[in-house]
Amino acid sequence: MANAPLTADDNVIDYLAAHERKGLLRFITCGSVDDGKSTLIGRLLYDSKLLYDDQIATLESDTKKHGTQGEKIDFALLVDGLAAEREQGITIDVAYRFFSTEKRKFIVADTPGHEQYTRNMATGASTADLAVILIDARKGILTQTRRHSFITSLLGIRHIVLAVNKMDLVGYDEDTFRKIEDEYRAFAKPLGFETIACIPVSALEGDNIITRSRRMAWYDGAALLPFLETVNVRSDLAEKPFRLPVQWVNRPDLDFRGFSGTIASGKVKPGDEIVVLPSAKRSKVARIVTMDGDLDEAGPDMAVTVTLKDEIDISRGDIICAGQAPAEQTDQFAAHLLWMAEDTLFPGRQYLMKTANRIIPATVTELKHKIHVNTLEHMSGKTLELNEVGYCNLNLAQPIAFDSYADNRRTGAFILIDKRSNATIGAGMIDFSLRRAQNVHWQDLDINKKARASAKHQRPCVLWFTGLSGSGKSTVANLVEKRLHDLGRHTYTLDGDNVRHGLNKDLGFTDADRVENIRRVGETARLMADAGLITLVSFISPFQSERRMARDLMPDGEFIEVYISTPLAVCEQRDVKGLYAKARRGEIKNFTGIDSAYEAPQGAEIDVDTSEISAADAADRIVEFLQGNGYLEG
Amino acid sequence: MSEIEQLIRRAEAVATRKDLSLSTVSRKLFNDGKGLARLKAGGQCTLKTLDTARARLDALESDGSSVSVVSPAADIKPPAEIDARVMTHLDRLEAESIHIMREVAAEAENPVMLYSVGKDSAVMLHLAMKAFYPSKPPFPLMHVDTTWKFKEMIKFRDETAKRLGLDLIAHINQDGVDQGIGPFTHGSQIHTDVMKTQALKQALDKYGFDAAFGGARRDEEKSRAKERIFSFRSAEHRWDPKNQRPELWNIYNTRIHKGESIRVFPLSNWTELDIWQYIYRENIPIVPLYFAAKRPVVKLNGTEIMVDDERMPLNGVAPTEEMVRFRTLGCYPLTGAVRSTASTLPEIIQEMLTARNSEREGRVIDHDQAASMEKKKQEGYF
Repeated sequence: MANAPLTADDNVIDYLAAHERKGLLRFITCGSVDDGKSTLIGRLLYDSKLLYDDQIATLESDTKKHGTQGEKIDFALLVDGLAAEREQGITIDVAYRFFSTEKRKFIVADTPGHEQYTRNMATGASTADLAVILIDARKGILTQTRRHSFITSLLGIRHIVLAVNKMDLVGYDEDTFRKIEDEYRAFAKPLGFETIACIPVSALEGDNIITRSRRMAWYDGAALLPFLETVNVRSDLAEKPFRLPVQWVNRPDLDFRGFSGTIASGKVKPGDEIVVLPSAKRSKVARIVTMDGDLDEAGPDMAVTVTLKDEIDISRGDIICAGQAPAEQTDQFAAHLLWMAEDTLFPGRQYLMKTANRIIPATVTELKHKIHVNTLEHMSGKTLELNEVGYCNLNLAQPIAFDSYADNRRTGAFILIDKRSNATIGAGMIDFSLRRAQNVHWQDLDINKKARASAKHQRPCVLWFTGLSGSGKSTVANLVEKRLHDLGRHTYTLDGDNVRHGLNKDLGFTDADRVENIRRVGETARLMADAGLITLVSFISPFQSERRMARDLMPDGEFIEVYISTPLAVCEQRDVKGLYAKARRGEIKNFTGIDSAYEAPQGAEIDVDTSEISAADAADRIVEFLQGNGYLEG
Repeated sequence: MSEIEQLIRRAEAVATRKDLSLSTVSRKLFNDGKGLARLKAGGQCTLKTLDTARARLDALESDGSSVSVVSPAADIKPPAEIDARVMTHLDRLEAESIHIMREVAAEAENPVMLYSVGKDSAVMLHLAMKAFYPSKPPFPLMHVDTTWKFKEMIKFRDETAKRLGLDLIAHINQDGVDQGIGPFTHGSQIHTDVMKTQALKQALDKYGFDAAFGGARRDEEKSRAKERIFSFRSAEHRWDPKNQRPELWNIYNTRIHKGESIRVFPLSNWTELDIWQYIYRENIPIVPLYFAAKRPVVKLNGTEIMVDDERMPLNGVAPTEEMVRFRTLGCYPLTGAVRSTASTLPEIIQEMLTARNSEREGRVIDHDQAASMEKKKQEGYF
């Protein structure tokens, strides 16, 4: 276990003091089964003398049982944990390994390399500062190398070690290595890594792992472990504006009100001016409280409790920001999304989004494109499947404070959770807000028409029934509504009776009032369609221009004019309510068809004459029209 | 002109002469395209790096063919060196654990901390005191008492709860006691199952805890290396290793259905050495059994077992007084002592650093088979 052999004379207290000051490097290893990734990690543990005798004994006995390296110790067995994995001989989950040297402590996320485990790799990468990408020297850069590099860059890792493994199998040949190195540097350029170090190694033989290999004298760089011990991966988070996502409000008594959380970026000192989002209230930091005494200053990744000079209302989910540089707020943004569930992602479905410190309902409103994880090509698509990466727009139930993921991994990341199963189904990286005017009109577009309609599995529309009194408008409209209801659709009918007695009871039957009547009905129908409903309007609506006005209120394709063209003679003969008789006797003025004109529609979407077909058949024709034109899908 | 300035001048001259970009030269000298730029901006590098770079520059100035671009000179620091308050690995582990505890306190309805009285529990409890300071941790402690724990553990447990002013639930499986279950009469497996695993499930169900902190670490055992920090349990307390929630960044999905629960392991990323170093740094009280002292032991199946009470069947063998200590603590009949004279923390750490046997080796229950822990956990063992 000792990195340096420790004798009884060694001053263990000095040793402890030195080791207490060690830094921490978290890295991920990416590679496929055959690249020897587990072997490499096993080798690092073994060669840095981090294994105990009993672990080595177990390893030797396991090697006999499951080993794939003949007589040699199979280091991969050290790290392939779960029983199922041992049997299949592959690594399927993320396993975390720990080792430390005199200079650093290391946390290694060992992740599987196959395409079907992209989500596992992303999981490991999300907390890593550096990625060790393994390549088989015999095979060079493969599809998986590209995929691993892409996922690595997507998750925001800035530093790459390209470990060209199995150099023993290519005779430790320099040209092979240089060719791979050049090709990789050219490929990785657009991915924007800060540093790329290429190291030729043999994990199995131990070349260039702990010390420089004599078999590759042409290589004058550092061996892998010394490189990992010294590589500078310090982030620039300390120089960024202060962000403290409030996790927990600390209130032991009435005199103390602290806000606890892990600093996402920037530094903070007592006296600093802060602004709280989303309330936009301002104050100054009073104290940074810890059990070991107050701090003069705190920085990124520190878990702190701050108190403020003023008593302002702050709760979990808020973000305390630098007064001069608050985070953006938005309820709509574009983001990269990695899908992690067997169930397909459907734009329009509502999920729960969890950010650093809060949970909010969220909907993917649009999948702009998918990104092929192997080729980085953009592809069009309507859904995301397991392990696919997409670039999408998301819509939130409430605005959140955020930074772009490129600026801040802590305040730009989120996960999506399935509302029913509670499973973690997606990982997202915020790119930018889709809104510019950030403090106006948040509420009115939280859930839009599309979202409402999608929840109802239909396309909203207005079926506008026009025709003479007694033509059969209401009868047919009622039948249509019944059929739609039977099909599980959400509808509402506006007709003369329910509107004239309420909304429009102040209106008479003059031409002006008829116009106002139709205007109001048109507006009401528009609201109902906006609510996602299939809305049926049954009005005589005799004038072409008013029907045009109603049509113009709706987006294209959402206004469906249904002309019930039953001839006047037939209507007058039916005279269900006895109105024609009264009109003929002059007891009713301005009666359509008698002493007021009816302007027949030109180019109505549907035209039925109930003197020719039954009301039921007419209703069927209308429902068929809706089905045939996609109004009942979604 | 400083040595660094000289180097920069020479590098710029070579770049102009050979029509190379400055970053290419930088890469050749430092294997870092931005190295020169950082130095120009006032950054520093070590003397060793400077020497290496100078040697390569010499070669580059003569013909350049022998210069390798691979050598990683990673120690060029950015100019705006941040303050001295660089977090050490212990600081980072501490902050991560505190973050996890606060997340549970904020999101779980009825959390509990499983307190086993051992050194890991001592660290976990200390972190909880820090996480919520000046408040007390907003959850009780719970100890599953198999009735076979060392007497000193129980004493320490009660003193600790009292000293910190915390609620302590001590749960004993009364059914097991009534049946007379014990390690000597029923063997370690049945005893552990009834008095520990079943007892824990009983207690969690009894109090309706929806989140339980445990002090397990990923470095203890291979199946733990793949367990999440927030580890989901079905209503039957089962762990499904194939169906774990992905855990990204420090964003933890704490949502569960009624009856389900989450085991939370805030020490997941700590190693045994980290634990000891932290106990030392923070001066955390631990059970005296960890320190060497004269204790009565008998040899049982090759393991030295301390005679902690009269229930130990001695079969005529007289215990001997030996200088021993314990590396882990559990039920006394199942916990092997190690010969040691280490009676201070630095001595214990020194012993650990030179020891050649891993920590769980002293535990009788882990030996059965390589995958035994994974099996136990699927059944609900913590």
